[in-house]
Amino acid sequence: MTTFSERLQSHLHQTPERVAVTLQFANLPDLPISYSQLLRGAQGFSASLKKEGIASGEVVLLILRHGEELIYSYFGVIIHGAIPSVMSFLTEKLSPERYRADLSTLISVTRPAAIVTYGEFVDEVREALKGGDSVRAVIVAESVPAEKVNISSWSGLKRKPEDIALLQHSSGTTGLQKGVALSHQAVFNQLDVYSKVLGLNEKDVIVSWLPLYHDMGLIAGFLLPILYGIPLVLMSPFDWVRAPYRLMQSVSKYKGTLSWLPNFAYNFCAQKIRDRHLEGVDLSTWRAVINCSEPVRWESHLAFQEKFQAYGLPENALHSSYAMAENVFAVTQSTLGSKPRVEVIEREAFMMERVVRDANDKASVTVMSSGHALPNVQIKIVDEKGNELPERVIGEIALKSDCMLTGYYNRPDATEKAFVDGWYVTGDYGFISGGEIFVSGRKKDMIIVGGKNVYPQDLEVLSYEVPGVHAGRSVAFGLFDEEQGTEEVVIIAEADSDVEAENQKIAELIRQHVTKNSAIALRHVKVVGPKWILKTSSGKTARSANKEKYLQELGRG
Amino acid sequence: MTTEIVNTIAKQIAEKILKQPSRVIGADEPLISSGLIDSFSLVDLALFVEDTFGVRIEDSELNAATFDSLSQLAELIRSRQS
Repeated sequence: MTTFSERLQSHLHQTPERVAVTLQFANLPDLPISYSQLLRGAQGFSASLKKEGIASGEVVLLILRHGEELIYSYFGVIIHGAIPSVMSFLTEKLSPERYRADLSTLISVTRPAAIVTYGEFVDEVREALKGGDSVRAVIVAESVPAEKVNISSWSGLKRKPEDIALLQHSSGTTGLQKGVALSHQAVFNQLDVYSKVLGLNEKDVIVSWLPLYHDMGLIAGFLLPILYGIPLVLMSPFDWVRAPYRLMQSVSKYKGTLSWLPNFAYNFCAQKIRDRHLEGVDLSTWRAVINCSEPVRWESHLAFQEKFQAYGLPENALHSSYAMAENVFAVTQSTLGSKPRVEVIEREAFMMERVVRDANDKASVTVMSSGHALPNVQIKIVDEKGNELPERVIGEIALKSDCMLTGYYNRPDATEKAFVDGWYVTGDYGFISGGEIFVSGRKKDMIIVGGKNVYPQDLEVLSYEVPGVHAGRSVAFGLFDEEQGTEEVVIIAEADSDVEAENQKIAELIRQHVTKNSAIALRHVKVVGPKWILKTSSGKTARSANKEKYLQELGRG
Repeated sequence: MTTEIVNTIAKQIAEKILKQPSRVIGADEPLISSGLIDSFSLVDLALFVEDTFGVRIEDSELNAATFDSLSQLAELIRSRQS
């Protein structure tokens, strides 16, 4: 067994001048970074953490955009033996007050010893700090110079495989309170197996635009390539979303072989890339484009294939995976070399009886497999009581593996709740058919928008802050949007009256307030009169029942 | 002329991006910094401008620093048309 620092040391000895990562920026030349350059950058951050008295095993929060500083500081924290956690940077639309509140939440639970950010952002960070909290140093990233690599100074080499290597958070008040802590051993157990399943080899090149504060970006689009010596081409998510064709141009330019994308990105790329941006693009090296982090849709694969096959996209390149931070990353993977399995099943039985039958000539729904469990992962489908269900019956997905999280950091309560008899219960519904896993829905109320996890309770709390909306009287849920290939958030809020014009105004205020204060842009708000929202007998808001009611009113129930 | 551009884009945003055809968008209302147009829709706006006015907005210009309102966007379009 090994640790991150040992693996980096071995790359430095064996292939110091090999390019570890090529960073791409809009309107700037690409920046290739070799292992030795990467570790010189990291050494500088390690020295500065040492100078600030940050100890091995303490958490260091990185608040940085795409760029050299983020990469050097990440590995600087690692070789120092500390635990990195990346927090998303303030975006253009997010309110700075909310960002500060989120940061305070994260600090209070995760208790980082230091924060690394840009000079321009130090004041913002200091605003979020309170006397007596855990943060002892705020390090200005651009003032940290690279230093000559000095392996004997690496406290990271003293870390044990079972020690925590990193933390990973999702966004929003709820997500920031649950940092997934992963050990070195868990990460290598996952990646050793996953790289075999993918058949990783010396011809591979990974191309990614995914953010490092997300498990898919951090694990598949950052640590896997750098720790396993696979060249990585990394661009900013902000550049990609404004110019999705950059992904294809980069795959073509660097002969990219592997990428991971959330489902919405298949639709986004198929719909929004102009042919003039694809002139001369050759995608024939792209052997696996892997769909994960939100429900996988066969229709999205069809649209992507149709758009890009003219540019050489291989016939069987599109794949699927079911992944989660709690298992480091992949739980399943479709078999490379063939298309993911698709089943056409009876709609009525699927929706009402929760069983899977071939549709034959009945009304049908097409579902796409996420593939087989990884060899080190056991999966079972369980009913409400935890009893294992047979194939083709829908239940909750539970899993066990040698790459599970150590726990939610500083949250033994949440960790204990997540496991039942040693099985991690995912909160996702699915079924097994022919030994393959199909993910069919969600028991938990979480919403996934463009691959991003959003907690409805966070959005509901925001809506209560709008004048005219009372606490406990709104409900948020996700609705799948076929065209975009992802969920859209709907908020329903009760007002004191039925006056339409008045309620329209409240709706607009909710839209603005939630958009400014969360990771999403809210479009669908319905303000209703009193007593619209359904509550459970214990007085809680029943999100799924309210979603049903909303759909019925729309005539889509 | 500028008013015409503003109205055309306002209609497109309300109908196609916000999917609220009755939404009135003021000429000086913030579009990007307010999140009214989210990052996933910026590219739609750029494509619409290109198709309708024959003017290209580079992807690196799709931010509030370059334009944040319909009137600023209309001004940008006009300056490129001449």
